[in-house]
Amino acid sequence: MLDILQNLDRRWIFLMMFIAVSVPLIMGTTFPEEPSDQVMAVFHAVDDLPDGSNVVVALDYDPASEGELQPMASAFTRHCALKKHNLYFMTLWPQGIPMIQRSIDLLESEYPDTYKGKYGTKYVNLGFRAGNEGVIKLVVEDLKKSYSSDINGTDLENIPLTKNLKNIQQVDLLANVSAGYPGSKEWVLYGSAPFDIPTVVGCTGVQAPIMLPYIPQQLDGMLAAIKGAAEYEQAIINGYPELKDNPNAKEGLKRMGPQLVAHVLLISLIVLGNVIYFWERKQGMA
Amino acid sequence: MKRTIPLFISAVTGFVLICTAFIPKFVDWGNDAMAWFNILAAFAFILGGGNLLKMQLQKISAQQAGWGYSAVTLIAFFITLIVGLLKVGVHPNINFPEYAWSGDYLEEGSAFWWLFEYIFYPLSATMFALLAFYISSAAFRAFRAKNTEATILLLIAVIVLLGRTYAGVWLTSWLPNEPILGTSGITYSDFHLSHLSEIIMDDFTTPGMRAITIGIALGVASTSLKVLLGVDRSYLGSDQEA
Repeated sequence: MLDILQNLDRRWIFLMMFIAVSVPLIMGTTFPEEPSDQVMAVFHAVDDLPDGSNVVVALDYDPASEGELQPMASAFTRHCALKKHNLYFMTLWPQGIPMIQRSIDLLESEYPDTYKGKYGTKYVNLGFRAGNEGVIKLVVEDLKKSYSSDINGTDLENIPLTKNLKNIQQVDLLANVSAGYPGSKEWVLYGSAPFDIPTVVGCTGVQAPIMLPYIPQQLDGMLAAIKGAAEYEQAIINGYPELKDNPNAKEGLKRMGPQLVAHVLLISLIVLGNVIYFWERKQGMA
Repeated sequence: MKRTIPLFISAVTGFVLICTAFIPKFVDWGNDAMAWFNILAAFAFILGGGNLLKMQLQKISAQQAGWGYSAVTLIAFFITLIVGLLKVGVHPNINFPEYAWSGDYLEEGSAFWWLFEYIFYPLSATMFALLAFYISSAAFRAFRAKNTEATILLLIAVIVLLGRTYAGVWLTSWLPNEPILGTSGITYSDFHLSHLSEIIMDDFTTPGMRAITIGIALGVASTSLKVLLGVDRSYLGSDQEA
């Protein structure tokens, strides 16, 4: 048996991983989540703001990391919409524009009373600007030096939400969802930390250790990977029970099923690999 | 002159930006410099495009192995560039029905939207998703408890992997919230996998990352000063130091 496993074709492992991910995804299996203190800090950062506050939602990711980050972006957007906040969308990634559009579609389809047809008065899409940290430094000092117009080319002076906004130090919260550079770290270093802008972030699991040192001084809270997204969704559902019947509000929760099975499979493979290793060592092969 | 001017520009811009961080009167200068940086970043796209063209054309003309991929890259590059530059929109635009494809170029159904949704999006997502398959294969073949350090790493990986899913709750939720005899305040429930996972992240990863971050910051500061003072000129295309 161990001989067979020793020479196991990697395609069998690929097949196992495919089944491990696809079956729970198709079945829509979810598990109960208990929001951690860090996730509750993010929840309160959005929830404790008075209704109609100004929130910058910076979405710095692309389709590669959408699987992990879109539930966070949707949860931030949904939570802000429940609080009727005014939203300023922007991105430092050229591929981020369609990601913003997904959040805008969510606003208009799920909260039409507050947001449908309210472009410029309840939300605005500033789109993408090249320049990485340079853009962040400018928008926190002088927004219109970097963004003279929105994504449609409309002058910011002609948009009610941005007309009197000198810089994003004037907003009540900065929510960033990022998959790498430029992203959360740059927003903290050049945006929130020097100017004490309340900031919450959502990031990939790989980025989470990099962001941990900034909590709680420079960051109010962080959602790490799909687990963070699922806990945040649970926190929003706990706070706003009407979302219980909204399947779109459980995207992160649904993705914890595949994550569970995939992690268990990974651990099983590690254990199995080590059994083979020690067996080989005993036989004098390793 | 070829070296002196770039060195001068770097030094002046760098010192202006440093001054803006400490002297409030210079803040506007800093903002102007950052606005120039935005323009430079936009030009970097053109240089990037030029470099892509040069590299791929070289491969095609030399008929290097896999030159067909270079041709595909160039075709994809030009199609996307043309669609983006000409802002090919949806058809028809209700305000200008006489002009073809003059509607919003980011709207659903436009050429750019189509390229993104049906080519870039699936390719990009697939490339990242493949990671799960390679990680599982690597876990089986390479993650061995060969020595003490590797064993500790393995155990921590297992705790974090389980602690970040419901498996952690399921496996250890039976541990009671009662103090362990002979310990000062440590309870059995402290050994819940999810709790252990949090301890690893908060008490081991965070201090380690803080130390690394401080080290990186000191390195960046010293390297930046070397660049601004003209000691390190490697960015000019030479690794010689003065």
